[in-house]
Amino acid sequence: MNASVVVAPILVPLVAALFGALGPRRPGYQRTVGLLGAFGLFVAAMGLLASVFVEGVIAVQIGDWPAPFGITLAADRLSAAMVAATGLVAFTVVLYSTAEIPDDVVTAGFYPFVHVLLLGVCGAFVAGDLFNLYVWFEVMLLASFVLLALGSGRAALTSSITYVALNLLASAFFLIGVGFLYGQVGTLNFADLSLKLGDPAALDAARPAALLLLIAFGIKAGVFPVFFWLPAAYPNASFAVSALFAGLLTKVGVYALLRVFTLVFPLEALGLAPGLLAVAAATMASGVLAAASQAHVRRILSFHIVSQIGYMVLALALVTTLGLASAVFYIVHHIVTKTNLFLVGGLIARAGGSEQLDQIGGLSQRRLGLTMLFAIPALSLAGVPPFSGFFAKFFLIRSALEADAIVAVTFAVVVGLLTIYSMAKIWIEAFWKPAPAETHLDEPLPRAALVACAMLAVVTITLGVGAEALWSFALATAEQLADPQEYLNAVLGDPT
Amino acid sequence: MNVLLALAIGTTFGIAVLWLLRGSLWSLLLGLALLGHASHLLIFVGGGLAVAAPPLVAEGALAPAAGAADPLPQALVLTAIVIAFAILAFALVLAVCAGDAANTDDLDAYGGESQ
Repeated sequence: MNASVVVAPILVPLVAALFGALGPRRPGYQRTVGLLGAFGLFVAAMGLLASVFVEGVIAVQIGDWPAPFGITLAADRLSAAMVAATGLVAFTVVLYSTAEIPDDVVTAGFYPFVHVLLLGVCGAFVAGDLFNLYVWFEVMLLASFVLLALGSGRAALTSSITYVALNLLASAFFLIGVGFLYGQVGTLNFADLSLKLGDPAALDAARPAALLLLIAFGIKAGVFPVFFWLPAAYPNASFAVSALFAGLLTKVGVYALLRVFTLVFPLEALGLAPGLLAVAAATMASGVLAAASQAHVRRILSFHIVSQIGYMVLALALVTTLGLASAVFYIVHHIVTKTNLFLVGGLIARAGGSEQLDQIGGLSQRRLGLTMLFAIPALSLAGVPPFSGFFAKFFLIRSALEADAIVAVTFAVVVGLLTIYSMAKIWIEAFWKPAPAETHLDEPLPRAALVACAMLAVVTITLGVGAEALWSFALATAEQLADPQEYLNAVLGDPT
Repeated sequence: MNVLLALAIGTTFGIAVLWLLRGSLWSLLLGLALLGHASHLLIFVGGGLAVAAPPLVAEGALAPAAGAADPLPQALVLTAIVIAFAILAFALVLAVCAGDAANTDDLDAYGGESQ
């Protein structure tokens, strides 16, 4: 029973990808399989979340080889929360994509690749050792390369070169780090590494590996100064794909940072916390300033991902339990909100005829529903109560204050204000100002896409209204991360 | 043996970086491929080398003889090679398409400005 709960979020997308790839190339069939698979993943993810909530950390040894020798899958609260968010994003994005992706792209294998991507993402969240994390990363990357290149046009192809090259570079760093670490410690299982690196001498010797992994995860998460692949690639994909990437891909990097730099390499013992704090502040500032200079819906949103990643890394770098809890809260909020904004961005482009802010306008008079759908995630991202973003920033700033990180607090507040500026820019340009030319784009927006955006908006409101419940969940998650004993017992067996 | 391999790995990394910095699409791919090879070799050596001592369990024994090679880096490196090969194959096809679309080998033209 326990095993199937952890394996299901990996198995469901795998089966859906196989059915899609081996089944007939009819658009109707492909869309049905894609949607069913995504819904199945949502159900499986909720099942995992519920099981972990009730039973604590669940570990599965594949093929019954005992840890640390076999392949371990382990799900604690952090993994379960990330998988649950993935399930939600998967279902809403696939629902949206049924209205956006044209038939020829669907028959070219769009949905199987979406499910392979989801397979890699879910696998990374439950991987119990470093090498499997690497393999899941690669599964996810390869699918993302294909999805990016499936977007049409010259820009999609040329920008995917940047994306592929920088991600391969990150993979090389990851692999070298894994090699060093294995050479020095002789194990790659997270729990076993955590025990063996408890010895300060071993931890000191493993410092180069830690730095290499930090660089690798940093590139994947998109932190300063290695985030340039992100705004180059995201705005050129189809809207559904960019929403999927925006919600999930960088967050896998952040998850890896959270996992490895709490369980395996405690940040404080390595003395990396002040450096990471500086990186986080630079990420926040450069992302938001770059966003302020853009006039293209998805370019603005892409640079905001970078700035938001800064918030999450900042929360990790505080090295307090409160900080970790606010990181968890922030990630969940960010996944839901950011996916929603990219999807709404697609509707804005459809209703206005362009993504270029100077070419559109007047949407608030013509599209009341769309206006509401944009307002909710935009206000949430900007940090306005009662939406989830307000509480995410509130908890983060409170944690930073309690950790006496005054500079970090200043950055968080100023960057938050600049985020409001960017959201206001989209609002004023696309919704308020009169349309620049007489546009005749009055056909109704596709219902599936509206429903997908509305679902995410409802979740954003729920996370805001139910912030207290999510915060207590995040606190319990942070306690699990700060004290890995429960994780170690689940993976390596209870010593008592 | 270790020194020789260390030199080989270091030289491969050096050549890879050199290719990566050339600023042309095809040398970028060559650099990435070499970078992959260098990191594979590093993992392989990272587990410690044992010459002519395969990790086989003799008949009747329960564990391989002392000093046998560590089989795990070999398994890891095989997996990594397969992945790197697949990704390189994809990257080559992508580069052909992107090269046709951009009609140049100069990487500065691959900025990704949306049209």
